Amino acid sequence: MKAVEVNDVSKRFGKVEALRSVSFEVERGELFGLIGPDGAGKTTLFRILATLLEADGGTALVDGMDVCRDYTSIRSRVGYMPGRFSLYQDLTVEENLAFFAALFGVDARDSYSLVAPVYRHIEPFAKRRAGRLSGGMKQKLALSCALIHRPSVLFLDEPTTGVDALSRGEFWDMLTDLKNSGISILVSTPYMDEASRCDRIALCNDGGILGTDSPVRILQRFDSPLYAARADDMFALLGAARKVRGVERCYPFGQSHHIVAGRDFSAEEFTRELSWLEGLCLEPVKPAIEDVFIKLMQK
Amino acid sequence: MRAFIVLLQKEFIQIGRNVFLSRLIVAFPVLVMLIMPLTMTMDVRNVNVAVADADRSPVSNRMISHMEASERITLAGQCGSFAEAMKLLEDGAADIIVEIPSGFERGLAKGERHKISITANAVNAIKGSMGVQYLMQSISSALEEIREGDGTASVSDLVSVQNRFNPTLNYRHYMIPALMIMLFILICGFLPSLSIVGEKESGTIEQINVTPVSRRAFTLSKLIPYWFIGLFVLSIAMLVARLVYGLAPAGSIGAVYLGALLFILTISGFSLTVANFSDTMQQTVFVMFFFIMIFILMSGLLTPVDSMPQWAQTFTLVLPPRYFVDILRSVYLKGASVCELWTSYAALGGFALLFNILAALTYRKQA
Repeated sequence: MKAVEVNDVSKRFGKVEALRSVSFEVERGELFGLIGPDGAGKTTLFRILATLLEADGGTALVDGMDVCRDYTSIRSRVGYMPGRFSLYQDLTVEENLAFFAALFGVDARDSYSLVAPVYRHIEPFAKRRAGRLSGGMKQKLALSCALIHRPSVLFLDEPTTGVDALSRGEFWDMLTDLKNSGISILVSTPYMDEASRCDRIALCNDGGILGTDSPVRILQRFDSPLYAARADDMFALLGAARKVRGVERCYPFGQSHHIVAGRDFSAEEFTRELSWLEGLCLEPVKPAIEDVFIKLMQK
Repeated sequence: MRAFIVLLQKEFIQIGRNVFLSRLIVAFPVLVMLIMPLTMTMDVRNVNVAVADADRSPVSNRMISHMEASERITLAGQCGSFAEAMKLLEDGAADIIVEIPSGFERGLAKGERHKISITANAVNAIKGSMGVQYLMQSISSALEEIREGDGTASVSDLVSVQNRFNPTLNYRHYMIPALMIMLFILICGFLPSLSIVGEKESGTIEQINVTPVSRRAFTLSKLIPYWFIGLFVLSIAMLVARLVYGLAPAGSIGAVYLGALLFILTISGFSLTVANFSDTMQQTVFVMFFFIMIFILMSGLLTPVDSMPQWAQTFTLVLPPRYFVDILRSVYLKGASVCELWTSYAALGGFALLFNILAALTYRKQA
C-alpha cells in the first residue's frame, strides 16, 4: 500500500484551472517533495489530500483510503501543517499542544517521544503564547501539533517559507529524522535548493507536474552541456549571448547567466565573438534543479 | 466527549484572555442599564409658551399664573399681539403660542363662545403634541377653578383616568425590558458569529477541520459560552434595574429566564447562519447590522407595533424579537404568566428550532 496515490486529479476555481490531471505516488516511509513556484497548485493539492477540498475529477488515496469516501478515518491518520500559521495565537505553546492532542483523543505525554526532537527546541517557551513566537519557532510548534497523534502520513505545505536559512536547514534535518522513524512525508517548497533533501521530487508548474523522480535522476534529465557566463555588463551579455550560434537558451541565474549549449556550440567561438565585452568569462557548470525546471517548462 | 470539553475550555480561555471582550461583557450591560434609561425618555419638559393676551382680564391673568405654576411649562414671554408671539416662535424662543381673544372673560360670563387658540411648533411632533396636552390641562383646570364658584360640575369630576401597570406613566419602565433585549441581540447575536468568522480569517478552522472533531461539536463549543454569558448579562441587567430603578418583574423570574433562554437560542442560531455565509468579519458585521436594525426598529422595542401601518404589523410576525419584547414587557409590567403568553413562547421556540436547523443545513455547503 502506497502512502499517497494521486490519479488524474483536477480542480478548477471558476475559470482558473488550479490542477490539471495530476498523478503521482508517494511510497511508504518516503520524503517526497513538491517543488514549484507560487501558483503551481501545490496548496490546492494539499487541501484535497487533507480532505478539506473535493477534487473535480480523478481519485486520491491516502493510506489506501479514498479522500472523499473515508475522510473521517483519514483525518485521524494524517498530520497537516498549512502554509499559514494556523494555531491559536492566544493559547500558550503547551496549551496548543495539549488542545490538539485532546482533539485527536490522545494524551500529549504518550506521543512525547515522537514529538520530542522537534518540541525540545520550543520547550523553554512552553508558557509563552503562540502568537509571540518567532517565525521559526512557530513552524516547530505547528510541526509538533501535526505530529502529536502519531500520524502515518505528514502533509507539510511550504513549511520553510519565511524562515531564515539556518532554521530551514534545521527543519529539514528534523524531517529526515521523522522519515527515518517511519513516517511518510509529502512536503512542498518553492525553494529549489531544498529539493536535494528529498528522496523523490515532483516538479510542479501551472497546475501540472513536469516530472517525478529522485533529485539525482531529475538532474540527469538535463542532457545538454551547461555553461555559466559573466561579464562586467551583464545586461549586454544577455542580449549578445542569445545571438551567438549554438546557444539554445541563455537566462540569468544568480550572479551569472546560464547558457544551454546546442550541438554546434563551441566555447572558443563564444569567447572570440563576444571578446568586446569586458571581463567576459565562461566556464562549464553542473546543472541545478532550476535548470531542469526551466528546460522542462519550455518543452 | 473529552474533545468537546477541551473545545469548551479553549473557548473560555480565549474569551478570558481577550482583555477587551471580557471587560466588555461586564461593563457593557452595567453602563447601558445605568445610562440609557436616563436618556431614553419621551417625557416632555420645559415647554416654552408665549402668551398673546388681548383680553387682559382677571380670568386671563388667572390662566397665565396657572401656566406659570406648572412645572412643565415655562413662560417665554407675554406679548401684546399674535404677530409678536409668532416672532418668538420663529426664533425658537417659544414652542407654543396661546392666544386669548379680547372679550374672553365677558363671553365666559354670558355663555358666548370665544375660543382660545393654541399654535404649536410641530417640528418635533412629540414635543408639540405633548405640549398642547399640558396646556389644555392647565387651561381647563384654571377655568374649573374659576367655575367652582358657580357650583357647576367640572370635567374632571366626570372622567377619571387611571394608568394600569405603569401608574406613573414612566417611560423608563417601558424601556428597561427593551434595553435588556438589545443587550441580548448584541452579545448573543454578534459575538458567536464574530468568533466563528474570526477562526475562518485566522485559518485555525482549517486546523480543526483536519481533526476528527465533528462540526456539531465545534459549533456547539462556540455557542455554549455565549449562552452562559447572555444569561449572566441578563442577571446583571435585572439587578441594576432592581437596585437603581426599583423595577422588579411583576411576574415570575422563571418566566423571564425561560423567554431569555428561547431568545438566546434563536438569536445565536441566526448568528451562526450569518457566519456560515460570511468569510470575513467585515461581511458578518454588515449583514448582522442590517438585520439588527430591522429587529430594533420594527420589533416594538422603541415604538409600539400597534401604531405601525398594517403591512408592517404583519411583517413583525416574522421578527423573533417581537415575541420576546411582548414576553418581557408583559412579565415585567403586567405580571403575566407563561400560560397566558404561551403563543409568544411557542413562537420563540419555533424560531429557535428554525434558525438552528437553518444553521446546520447551511454549514454543509462550505467546502
